[in-house]
Amino acid sequence: MSETDKPQPDDKPTDQPSSVKQDEAPASGPDATDVHVAEDASAAREERSRSVLHEIVSGDALAGVLAVFLAVFVGSVMIAATDQGVRDTLSYITARPSDFFSAVWNAVSGAYSAMFRGAVYNNLVTDPAQQWRPLTETLKFAGPLILGGLGVGLAFRAAMFNIGGRGQMLLAGGAAAWIGFRFDLPMIIHLPLAIAVGMLFGALWGGLAGLLKARTGAHEVIVTIMLNYVAYYFVFWALTKEWLLATPGSVNPKSPPMKDTAILPKVLGDRFNLHLGFVIALVAVAVVWWLLNRSTLGYRIRAVGENPRAARASGINVGRTYTVVMMLGGALLGLAGVNQVLGTVTSGVSVDIDAGIGFDAITVALLGRSRPLGILAAGILFGAFKAGGFTMQASENISVDLVLVVQSLIVLFLAAPPLVRAIFRLPAQEAK
Amino acid sequence: MRLVLRGITKRFGSVVANDSISLTVEPGEIHCLLGENGAGKSTLMNVLYGLYRADEGEIELDGVVQHFTGPGDAMAAGIGMVHQHFMLIPVFTVAENVMLGNETTGLAGSLDLEAASARVTEISERFGFHVDPDALVEDLPVGVQQRVEIIKALSRDAELLVFDEPTAVLTPQETDELMEIMRQLKEAGKAIVFITHKLREVREVADRITVIRLGKVVGEADPKASNAELASMMVGRPVELVVHKDEPRLGADALVVKDLRVVDAAGHTHVDGLSFTIRAGEVLAVAGVQGNGQTELTEALLGLQDDVHGSIELDGVELVGRSTRKILDAGVGFIPEDRQVDGLVPGFTIAENLMLNRSFRSPFVKNGSLRISALRDFAEKKLKEYDVRARDIDSLAANLSGGNQQKVVVARELSRELRLLVAAQPTRGVDVGSIEFIHKQIVATRDSGIPVLVVSTELDEVVALADRIMVLYRGKVVGVVPADTPRQTLGLMMTGERPKDLKDVVA
Amino acid sequence: MSTTTDHPTPDTGGLAPDPAVAPTRKAGTRKVPTILAVVTLLLGLRLLTTSRSGDTTFRLAVDSDFAKLPDAVLPSSATAWIMLVVCLALTAEAVRRMLARSHQPLWLPIVFALAWMLGFLSWEAAGSRISIVSLLAGAIALAIPLVFGALGGVLGERAGVVNIAIDGQLLFGAFAASITASLTGSPWAGLVAATVAGALIALVLGLFAITYFVDQVIVGVVLNVLVVGLTNFLFRQVLTPNAESLNSPERMRALPIPLLGDIPLIGPIFFRQPALVYVLYVIVALVAWSLYRTRWGLRVRAVGEHPKAADTVGIKVNRTRYRTILLAGAIAGLGGAYYSLVSVSGFNREMTGGAGYIALAAVIFGKWDPIRATLAALLFGFAQNLAGVLSSIGAQIPPQLLLSLPYVITIFAVAGLVGRSRPPAADGVPYRQQ
Repeated sequence: MSETDKPQPDDKPTDQPSSVKQDEAPASGPDATDVHVAEDASAAREERSRSVLHEIVSGDALAGVLAVFLAVFVGSVMIAATDQGVRDTLSYITARPSDFFSAVWNAVSGAYSAMFRGAVYNNLVTDPAQQWRPLTETLKFAGPLILGGLGVGLAFRAAMFNIGGRGQMLLAGGAAAWIGFRFDLPMIIHLPLAIAVGMLFGALWGGLAGLLKARTGAHEVIVTIMLNYVAYYFVFWALTKEWLLATPGSVNPKSPPMKDTAILPKVLGDRFNLHLGFVIALVAVAVVWWLLNRSTLGYRIRAVGENPRAARASGINVGRTYTVVMMLGGALLGLAGVNQVLGTVTSGVSVDIDAGIGFDAITVALLGRSRPLGILAAGILFGAFKAGGFTMQASENISVDLVLVVQSLIVLFLAAPPLVRAIFRLPAQEAK
Repeated sequence: MRLVLRGITKRFGSVVANDSISLTVEPGEIHCLLGENGAGKSTLMNVLYGLYRADEGEIELDGVVQHFTGPGDAMAAGIGMVHQHFMLIPVFTVAENVMLGNETTGLAGSLDLEAASARVTEISERFGFHVDPDALVEDLPVGVQQRVEIIKALSRDAELLVFDEPTAVLTPQETDELMEIMRQLKEAGKAIVFITHKLREVREVADRITVIRLGKVVGEADPKASNAELASMMVGRPVELVVHKDEPRLGADALVVKDLRVVDAAGHTHVDGLSFTIRAGEVLAVAGVQGNGQTELTEALLGLQDDVHGSIELDGVELVGRSTRKILDAGVGFIPEDRQVDGLVPGFTIAENLMLNRSFRSPFVKNGSLRISALRDFAEKKLKEYDVRARDIDSLAANLSGGNQQKVVVARELSRELRLLVAAQPTRGVDVGSIEFIHKQIVATRDSGIPVLVVSTELDEVVALADRIMVLYRGKVVGVVPADTPRQTLGLMMTGERPKDLKDVVA
Repeated sequence: MSTTTDHPTPDTGGLAPDPAVAPTRKAGTRKVPTILAVVTLLLGLRLLTTSRSGDTTFRLAVDSDFAKLPDAVLPSSATAWIMLVVCLALTAEAVRRMLARSHQPLWLPIVFALAWMLGFLSWEAAGSRISIVSLLAGAIALAIPLVFGALGGVLGERAGVVNIAIDGQLLFGAFAASITASLTGSPWAGLVAATVAGALIALVLGLFAITYFVDQVIVGVVLNVLVVGLTNFLFRQVLTPNAESLNSPERMRALPIPLLGDIPLIGPIFFRQPALVYVLYVIVALVAWSLYRTRWGLRVRAVGEHPKAADTVGIKVNRTRYRTILLAGAIAGLGGAYYSLVSVSGFNREMTGGAGYIALAAVIFGKWDPIRATLAALLFGFAQNLAGVLSSIGAQIPPQLLLSLPYVITIFAVAGLVGRSRPPAADGVPYRQQ
């Protein structure tokens, strides 16, 4: 030690108390405590730095199950509370409580069995093919949800929040539709062309947000929200111009229907609505899985998402990665839009072609923890909610909007495992 | 005010940051808390200030036991704190910052800004601070910001003032002024706790010294004790950093830097007309107080600074204007000064971190996809070679100790084909065993004929590794001297003074 | 040498520009002249590529006015060309000032905007009549809920809580106001219910964002979806079957203020409004004053800029944040009542039409300042109303273009092209106490 001051090592501020021990960890041997102590330190650090996305990406499975359970429970309460039969029995609940409880049971079980009939297996029909038809409906709805979820989830992995799904879907859907109804081409060219053009527009719209972040630092949350509306009004405007999307001779803001050569073929024959879109979604899951886990681009995306400064110091162009990841995300959401226009609603585009999927995609990505396989599962679950919700509305007269409530509650509960633990009185899990 | 701490214990999970610490501070006294970084000094003071709650022990002020539930209570009891990282709001004025939490208000809770300004002016004049109450804090120099912190404490009639590592960010001149302020406050009867790890400052102002190591009080020391005594109490072992190295076998000029100037986004010049040369097989060590342009120099070498003028030639190839990726590909190895920020991706495994700056081409990349097995073999090999202590190559970097994290960085950089190694604070926050290992690796790199630039604020490290020493002050070279230059001379140079008889050495 | 004031580093939640990619060069002083030049060019192109004839009549009075101002009849083409020349001259003046490196005064863009708008309107409305009063009063009507929402957004974000859920607060406020006003028969009770509803959404936002550190953007987005789902569900299951008793509130009528309401031009625009609008005037003034001039405001801003610093001087950070967002939510909820008690009587599915997102845009374009955000909301309301007015007189400007203007402007604003917006330093960053 000299006269000169001893330098100061990385004197982390006191809000990172565990680094204390870590820096002083005895170096005397390869003992187990060394690693153990350091892991304590890292737990605190991780919690601090990667607060939310980390929670979402690596929360435990139990919290997920409980979150779904809680959300479904709240949904049940809403069903029971708004059911006429339940309210009738409530007036004499002290006299005959059993009536009340059976009314609650009838309302809730009726709703959920209707959902099951609509989403998985319909026992009310005899034709075996028709019995499993609901499952194909679920998969049909799952297709764009999975694609959109992948688009949002991919951006999450680069620590970017793509709320622009709606705009990307609208623009992509509009572009694909333009190709889809305007040209007469053989299917082998027409369909891929329409898909590709749709994806391109989605990519450009998403990439714009990435580029603005890279070049000017503009936050992608704000930019993508705003771009949603710009795209909405642009497509709206295009629907008034015959050289773009308007149907000649019609004042309805809706485009002409797609040519048959641009429609995604049905995969299980004409008796089922399930179209090639779901297969495309499965392929996309595989591609994104490979991209994230096996490709160098995915490696760089993850590096930028985890620590942009270290990525930059390692020669990775952070801004370009932001742009690229938003383009890829936009392309995937664009594919979701294409899926709608060329598969599910082929009668022509309108401004509500996105059917809320742009926002649903966020919940899918969050529930799927931004992992391709998780997104696949979450997409199918929410697809089932959708398919079942329509049946529930038709047969039990319970608004399909209940699905939105349950879906958003799942994500809220999932995002805050401590809250779920508190509700179920589970022991707090410190620094897992 | 008389402060007594009795048996303070503070744990974070299984880590004991403060282990039954007892301490007494008398009014009109400057009491130094001396200890290495991470010894637990700041934790103790945060307990005192009500930011942390102690697990055991009690705080007594003038004979009354206190139960602080937050900083508000501590302040009300007369404790003021000058934080290491200033607790000032940059977009507020001085007066607003001083009044915050202690506002004088008029009708309907309206702020009485004039009263606050007057209070600032009054305190400022009493101690000769020269602070404009209406200036925005973000426009003030660091030294003045610190005075605002002191005014903030004094405006609340603090009787006990805690200075937490106050000189870390100050220039030597500002440090001297601060010492003077502390003496003044002492004269005014305030009790002062001065937390530091800098021996010179301790010896200059302390009335009493308490040394803390590993969260425990090691003992009291006399301010007249020698540096060696204080240092060995502080670190608990005789300090000796000797790196065995042979005479350099110098080659041709490898790195030639001419008139390098680095300007930040706010327009401040951090590196100002720097010129130097490093020959193949030579270690040039950069010495200086932190914040004198070292960070910007290394970042400019790596292409991480945007506004760089002048020339950096490596083996005749110009590096200024090239992207970081191209510079890395040109054979520059980089050990950044903060591995957690610039060196590692904490959520990546060791193996993934080992390919961080080789994500574009072989050996770990083929046709845009990762060669996982090649990477794993490589990682297994390096884990052994560099003695990284971890469960396996799939351990997350975040879960490693500081020394092992640094070894991963060093392994990554040294296993590329290098033409230059830039090592910034290569052993900061690293245990002694790893320090030795990393130093050996740096010397081995130099012996293999590669030019090495070492930047360290630790003079021991500079002296141990250097073939020549370049001292920086305010972004300029004070002088380039041989490695055996006396420390007094180096210390003087680090304050910007150039001894008259000094002759620069050229390799 | 850098200052060490401990800025909280925004992680995923913060809305501050990302330091890893933030631009390094400061924007120059070229903004004002550049914008003026571009906008002038647009008008010039419009005048050159289309042709107009006849007169444009600007109505300055309404029938109920006590003292009527006469109509202003201007030759369409000549007026537009003259105004183009005025715009060119003002642009030249701005360029001159830029070259002379002197200050760009505030009157310049204001005069420019008036001249440009006069030229544009007289061109597009050639041969028709435009009522200035209904143009501006309509703009105000559309802007009222936006201003409420924007104020709510400003307050929350100044305290460090990003509020994407403005739309949910507006919608839930509208819902609660309609039910309560129907049940009680009093629109005033509806207003109270709207504030409670907005605050309730804010409470949920706070629970997740402040107490459980969930990403505030995520919570906000999901809350919006939740409120849409919840109100849609209840609307279909409960309100529609019982529309008579639950969804037919008494509409709040205009309440002209004596004297002030009789001022020509100004009176009919500002002072013949329902009570809720006067409440808004008071709220705007109160929020603007108290945010900068009171102890409460100082603390709110401190908590949003540097929560740890606030904590060290004894301010309860999270309590302050909770209180502020509850107030903010109440204000936004009140704005929701405008939809179901003033615009129309009764609630309808998704009746805010995403206005909360325009309010968010106003927050950002207004640089997190209550007055500027109010002005931004008024501007956006004007753009919306202009779209309607122009298409109703058969002008050839596509209304969608004008409707998308707020969003485009906001993108330019966050990208630093029309004045960089700097959010509060700790905006969106949860505060964890040790």
